[in-house]
Order: sequence, then structure tokens, then C-alpha cells
Amino acid sequence: MKHLLTAAALDAAAATAVLDTADGLKHALLGREVHKLPTLRGRTVITMFYENSTRTRVSFEIAGKWMSADVVNVSAGGSSVGKGESLRDTALTLSAAGADCVIIRHPASGAAHRLAGWLRDTGTHVVNAGDGMHEHPTQALLDAATLRERLGGIDGRRIAIVGDVRHSRVARSNVHLLTALGAELVVVAPPTLLPTGLAEWGVPGLRVTHDLDAELPTVDAVMMLRVQAERMHGGFFPSAREYSIAYGLSERRMDLLPDHAVVLHPGPMLRGMEIASAVADSPRSAITAQVRNGVHVRMAVLYHLLAAEEDRS
Amino acid sequence: MAPRTRGATDPGGQRQLLSAGDVARTVARMAHQIIEKTTLGSASAPRVVLLGVPSRGAPLAQRLATRMAEFSGIEVPTGAVDVTLYRDDLRRKPTMPLHETVVPDDGIDDALVVLVDDVLYSGRTVRAALDALRDLGRPRAVQLAVLVDRGHRELPIRADYVGKNVPTATDEGVDVLLSELDGEDGVLLVRRGEAR
Repeated sequence: MKHLLTAAALDAAAATAVLDTADGLKHALLGREVHKLPTLRGRTVITMFYENSTRTRVSFEIAGKWMSADVVNVSAGGSSVGKGESLRDTALTLSAAGADCVIIRHPASGAAHRLAGWLRDTGTHVVNAGDGMHEHPTQALLDAATLRERLGGIDGRRIAIVGDVRHSRVARSNVHLLTALGAELVVVAPPTLLPTGLAEWGVPGLRVTHDLDAELPTVDAVMMLRVQAERMHGGFFPSAREYSIAYGLSERRMDLLPDHAVVLHPGPMLRGMEIASAVADSPRSAITAQVRNGVHVRMAVLYHLLAAEEDRS
Repeated sequence: MAPRTRGATDPGGQRQLLSAGDVARTVARMAHQIIEKTTLGSASAPRVVLLGVPSRGAPLAQRLATRMAEFSGIEVPTGAVDVTLYRDDLRRKPTMPLHETVVPDDGIDDALVVLVDDVLYSGRTVRAALDALRDLGRPRAVQLAVLVDRGHRELPIRADYVGKNVPTATDEGVDVLLSELDGEDGVLLVRRGEAR
């Protein structure tokens, strides 16, 4: 693997290899006092975050450090981006400075792809940590890791993705990855928050519905999405209260779920909006497990990109 | 599969070094040696832990523990230590899958750890295992048991228990087969460009 730009590019075998490595890393570190492996000693990982993030940036940094890579964090605010430097020049600068891997989050869809193109001749690996409304592949991988752990597998499981699908890169990455792993997906959203061209994603068997209550009794997992106010320029729903009543996961709705079903949320959560506080803190919620798995999955991604012999394909 | 006669090279370029019976006898002898050298069962004996290096060291450690329990009546805890993340040749090979690391419940602090592997060659796997052990705890001592020592060490490492010494050429390989993983027991000397 040279880059990780989209979850759509991962087939079941490639995704399973990363998930198995994440499992292995999790067990390797379980109950240990020393959270340090020498695997990526001497490799330099740079995170470039042009958008706010807590868990993604922190977990990539921890993942790199636990594998002994040198991790440097660049944020748009504190760098030459503020002086007007282009993304291309910033990327070439970081690569020239010795980055073996650049992890980028950017508000523009496709930013990671562009970066990978500019860095093609440098040997620097690129990881997409979220590009606009396009993809967030490591989030999908950590969701898959969490579902595997909680449900014992993904093949044949029914999973509902609920909420602001239109603005969600998490939804798109999950639809591709979980479908590749054999899940049966249903997208639940108000018509205004569905992406245009959903049919063109080319995902076989993807169902779309507006009725959350009807889906809950038959799903194995429900993945709630944050309502992304920062990407909304216009009225997508009448009021937060109305959205919450129609599409929020309340305690009443949680009781409709089968006993074994789990609740996921990529965070950050808007408690009381898309998910009730009592649901987020219930035993069904795998939200903190998602964060914990995020570190292992990102370690696995760095391992697959950086540890093996150079793959120029 | 064609019958293999010890000492004879079949047309495929492989020669049997140990038969299934030889493997069983060798493991039994090594179990006796470990009991003797660690003074297992005596009042002053240290706590002994067998840790196999996956993939074939792990079932070997289990077999040694079973034999040691038969001979001494003492159940020795076993586990596995995956060295993949500690290897110095990761960047020379395609991505290597990880194996499971299993540490016995009581850990390895102050224990006499016997590392178990199938073949001792360059010594680099053992070096990686020693690094991995350092992250798992602080044993009072570490010993090494291998089914086959084929020579060609690249590091100052030696085994405490050796099932069989086999002089080899670098273009030969030693394949250990164990029924747990391979469906049968045996040790083969095979001719190939680069050893496993």
C-alpha cells in the first residue's frame, strides 16, 4: 500500500489485513506498561490539519509515537499557510524536510488525492484524515474494527447509517468499506440531508429510507452522524428540535433495537441533537471503544504503509 | 507424498533430517535437559516460563511443556512472543502479518524464560525476541531452546538447548513441519536460492 486515500479503494482482503494487524497490535499492547514498539524507528510522520480535530489528530499522533516514529504536527493556523502558501508548496516543503508520511485533513474534497499526485516522485506516503465531504478512510476502518469486536463479524450484518449523510465523509467511507466487508447497509436521513447522486456511488444493495423507527428493530448496529452545521449554508431542516424528534436516537428509539445491537458515533457528538445523552452513555454505546480502536487502526495503517519494503505501485 | 528416506536426497532436492519419531524423541530429550538445567522441582528452582516464537516455536513450547509435565509432574506456564514488530528486516520484505503474543497470567517478571523456536540461523529472530521480552517485563534470566541449529550466526547468540545441529549451506533451507500447523511432523533440508 502506497497511500490510503479512500476506503472505496480497499477490497475485503486489504481491509481485513489492516483490521487483523490492528487486532494484533491491540493484543501486543494489552496489559503492558510500556506502550512503545520499535517498528517505525527513524521514520518521520507529519500531520497537516487544515480543519479542527481532536480525536483524529491525537490518535494519529499517539499511533505514530507508540510505534517510535517521529511525529510532527502542522496546523494551518500556525504555519506558512497563514502567509498565503499553497497546499502544493506546503506539501513539497514537508516532503523535502524529510516526511516519510503526510497525514492530511483538509476542508476541500479531493485534497489528499491532489497531494498524492504532487508527491508522486518523492516516496512520501499520503494518508487521508478527512477531505471535505468526500472520505475519511481511517474512521471507516476503526468503525469496522469496533463492529467486528462487538458483533463478532461484519459479513451479513445490518447496519443503519443515520443523519447528515450529505455532508458526511464518514458515511461515504463507511458505505464503501462496510459493503466491501459484506454488510447490508441502510441509509436513514431526511431528503434534504441525502447527497445528490447517491445512486452513482455504485454500491450494490444500498437502501435509502426516511423512517428511522421502522429500521431499528432489525439492525445489528446503528451509526449516528453529527449534524455538520459548519458545512450547512441554508436551511436543511426547520429546527434542531424537529430534527432531533425525527432522526435523533432517543432512549425510546434505543429500546426498539434488538438486545445485541450497538450504537456508534464518530464524534464529536452533539448530545441532545442526533443522540440523547443517556444513549451515548449506555452500555450499547461503543463510542469510547471507537476512539480506542482508532489508535490501533491508525497504527496498523502506518505499519502497512511504512514498515514493509517500498511499494512504488 | 513420496516416502522420504533419511539421508537420501529425492529428485525435488529435499532430504529428511528428522522423521516424525525423531522429532518426538528430540522434544522429549530437550524437555529432560530443560528440567535438569533449570533444576525444575527443586526448592531453589526459579519459576520457569516457556515462550515460543510464532509460528512454529509456539506449538513447540506447548509440546515441551507437556513433556516436562509428564517427566517432572510440574506444569510449566507457556506463551508466545511475536517478534514481527521488533524485526530489523521489515523494510526488506512485503508487509508481514502479525502473530499473537500470549503472556502467562503471572507475567514474566523474575521468571526464567526459555525462548523456544524451530530453527536457529542468523540469530536475528532471537535478538528481536530479546527486545520484545524487554517490553513485556524483566525476567531473571533468558535461555534459548531450538529444535534445529543450522549455523551461520550473524550475531553473538547461542542456544542453551539444541535438538539437532545441522551443518548447512546458505542456499539450503531447513523446514520444520509440525502437525499442529503442517499436518505432519518432520524436519527437511531443502535446496533453494534463499533460506526462509
